[in-house]
Amino acid sequence: MPEVKILEEVCKGCGLCCDNVCPVGILRLAPDRINSSGYHPAEITDMSKCIGCGYCYMTCPEPAIEVYK
Amino acid sequence: MKLLFGRPAGLTDINQRYCPGCGHGIVHRLIGELLVEMNIREKTIGVAPVGCSVFADEYFNCDMIQVPHGRAPAVATGIKRTRPDCMVFTYQGDGDLAAIGTAEMIHVAARNENITIIFINNAIYGMTGGQLAPTTLPGMRSTTSVKGRDVVTQGYPIKVCELLNALDGPYYLERVAVDIPRNIIKTKKAIKTAFQYQLDNKGFSLIEILSMCPTGWGVTPVQAKKWIAEVMANYYPLGELRNRAKEAK
Repeated sequence: MPEVKILEEVCKGCGLCCDNVCPVGILRLAPDRINSSGYHPAEITDMSKCIGCGYCYMTCPEPAIEVYK
Repeated sequence: MKLLFGRPAGLTDINQRYCPGCGHGIVHRLIGELLVEMNIREKTIGVAPVGCSVFADEYFNCDMIQVPHGRAPAVATGIKRTRPDCMVFTYQGDGDLAAIGTAEMIHVAARNENITIIFINNAIYGMTGGQLAPTTLPGMRSTTSVKGRDVVTQGYPIKVCELLNALDGPYYLERVAVDIPRNIIKTKKAIKTAFQYQLDNKGFSLIEILSMCPTGWGVTPVQAKKWIAEVMANYYPLGELRNRAKEAK
């Protein structure tokens, strides 16, 4: 099973990965928490749906996303 | 668990100080990946410009030098001629390359110098506060064209790839974008091709990359991404303008 790890302290909450990038639509900006820089980090809603394509990593400018398999 | 995608060894561990949603980070990562994939990290010398990417020497995990505004192609020429075994690339923005560095850019291309220029086109001066750049689109608002660029008083944008395509010198010219995954993959392929041509001693190559500047444009990162596809790519058409390797076939 692929697994996506989001480095929340590195994430700047730009939202590029959340906008029609994920083929299964499981990424969003966490509505309820912020990191130490004051940004809402990206989060995964349902890890079991992940197909490990790496598109989220590809669009991340930081990169704050790691994909494992 | 095996790491499929993660921060490449071609980048340092320093977190980049770019604004959220800036396209610089994506291009940095693509170059960092290629330094490792092509096994050229130990013999690469990068030339950092003036602009937002002035700190690029901290971010790339290869030898870097930071040079005065617009002079990166001239310095890269010197490095390449004294160390022809090295891979030399310059990383420049539109204010650096297309404004104060116009003369260097044109002459390095005319001489077919064996270097690679990575040209980030975000149609604005990002670091100094979103002023009008030579690449700002007609009608586009900036802090020095608050009613939109008026071509009567402020002139027309410079299309760098088309300009250099008029010269006989360049070996490889391509315009790409980093808005959606498909275009990001194409960007990586273009940079890889350019690096490979340099390693094969083919000559000058320039990759123009349309990139987001959400802060300078005054929009959200997602709106900036859409603006590239809907507006900017219409004025600066994506694609390969010159590839002498294909012409030779």
